[in-house]
Amino acid sequence: MSVTHAAPPPRARREGRKALLWMSPWLIGFAVFFVYPLVATAYFSFHRYDLFTLEFTGLDNYRYFFHDDRAWISIRNTLWLVVFMVPAQVLFGLAVAQLLTRLKAGAGFFRTVFYLPSLVPLVAGTVSFVFLMNPSGPLNQIIEFFGIAAPDWFGDRDWAKPGLTLLAMWGIGNTMMIFLAALLDVPKHLYEAAAIDGAGGWRQFRSITLPMISPVLMFSTVTGVIYALQYFTQAMIASRVAAGVTDSPGSSFVPGYPEMSTLTLPQWLFHAGFRDFSMGYACVLALLLFAASMIFTLVLLRQFRAFTDDEGGNR
Amino acid sequence: MTTTLATRPPAAASPARRTDTRGGRVRRTLYWIATHALAVALSLMFIGPLVFVALTALMTDDQALTGELWPDSWNWGNFAEVFARSHLLGWLGNTFMYAGLGTLFMLLSSVPVAYAMARFRFRGRKLAFLAVITMMMLPPQVIAVPVYLIWARFELTGTLWPLILPMLLGDAFSIFLLRQFLITIPREYTEAARVDGCSDFRTLVRVILPMARPAIAAVALFQFFYCWNDYYGPLLYAQINEENWTLSLGLASFRALHSVQWNLTMAATLLVMAPVIIVFFFAQRVFIEGVTLTGVKG
Repeated sequence: MSVTHAAPPPRARREGRKALLWMSPWLIGFAVFFVYPLVATAYFSFHRYDLFTLEFTGLDNYRYFFHDDRAWISIRNTLWLVVFMVPAQVLFGLAVAQLLTRLKAGAGFFRTVFYLPSLVPLVAGTVSFVFLMNPSGPLNQIIEFFGIAAPDWFGDRDWAKPGLTLLAMWGIGNTMMIFLAALLDVPKHLYEAAAIDGAGGWRQFRSITLPMISPVLMFSTVTGVIYALQYFTQAMIASRVAAGVTDSPGSSFVPGYPEMSTLTLPQWLFHAGFRDFSMGYACVLALLLFAASMIFTLVLLRQFRAFTDDEGGNR
Repeated sequence: MTTTLATRPPAAASPARRTDTRGGRVRRTLYWIATHALAVALSLMFIGPLVFVALTALMTDDQALTGELWPDSWNWGNFAEVFARSHLLGWLGNTFMYAGLGTLFMLLSSVPVAYAMARFRFRGRKLAFLAVITMMMLPPQVIAVPVYLIWARFELTGTLWPLILPMLLGDAFSIFLLRQFLITIPREYTEAARVDGCSDFRTLVRVILPMARPAIAAVALFQFFYCWNDYYGPLLYAQINEENWTLSLGLASFRALHSVQWNLTMAATLLVMAPVIIVFFFAQRVFIEGVTLTGVKG
């Protein structure tokens, strides 16, 4: 439909001005809550700032970063989530969606049941899991019933992140739903043709399903990674409830219980900025988080660009 | 495209269909049993946590500490105890204000923006869309410090307004989702309205809004749930002022502040979950159709 590509006719220019007007609320929002904060974050990262005094300190914050053990621990924990939690979520979501397509009876009911936990408020879900997985809680009762020694999930530095992964897998509703839509969109005749050619279930999955849903697979993985980079609430709640401590400004509690195993980068950033009031240093961590998430956002943008029509001309 | 889930039968047909021998039938029956048994097992795993939470919420203080799974007696009074020991109603009111006003403001600002992005032809249209996606994926912690300072200057820290007011300037996720829907409405409708002499505003209100009702319902519900469940935002701005706590903040502190008893904590947890689950059962379709819109199709 690209009829307006040569010298822009009056209508295109008029629509351009109109669009500017209509989009003005968001353009202001973009400037105030995206462009300005990014520039300001870069600026503050060269300063010492505690809400009251602003003092230029050059690269001190950056130098401090390299000696800040907790920052590196938090980065390692965040990477753990990217490497283990995201694939667990994506694969589990795909498997559950695949199962739903195979059900002849009650598919709608099961879909509702599998989706429901993803709506449970994060704080409520996390508090529940800390209880369910406490040493004498229901989950460990069940595990021990089978004669297996159960771990002290959120009280054990080696098991806290796997515990959070289980919580994440419980809430895969959205991922599952996106996969389900993609699976149902695969033309049925492809499978019929493959069956006639004697292709079995696994072969059909590899040669038809996977290539057909690969854009969605990519989308889920990339957004999953970006959300894992922001992982905050569940880790914070789990550590605080397990430790039995509340959070407030000036509290001396360092997040990440047990033994900093649940300390993620956004949490450490939050703690540095709003509990220790080292806001300049928090901005260094913010820039790092921004860079990491931007890499994956660019992948996403490329994908969307491929799908976006060129109507109205671009750039 | 948006209703496929509700109407279309599963696409992956069992390859055994055309072999109508006895062996084929047995295999198909076994396959049926295996898949459905797996689905039932998975359902138990998804629902199990909620069931144990509910059972524990009804136990006595002492029993909740024992690790027993079934309550000896049903203590419905635990729920009243939660109300008595915490400011649940106050938290509920604050959460309603945050979610209600946030959703209302988001709709007022985001619908026109999404309409302009989906319908007007202008240079930079694609760039604007990519900017929306970039903002949507930005971790909120990245911009926390400067944004906090803005609100501190207006002396609004300690309240929920720093979370509500920005909704007047549009929400990236909602704009994205609405745009994805509006782009699927054939141009003929808006062109026809234009030929009839409709202004853009009238076209939006009279032609587009009625057609976009499912998408608008979906973003409204998503926004409402997002605000309702949000912990990070209220933690950043309202933690310092207990009067303005939301349900998320209150529940996060409940165990440490009011009680070491799991039964009361679980009762409070259940009370926080309940409204969300009830709304979901009434508005299931809206959610499910909305989620599929977030996929990759442009």
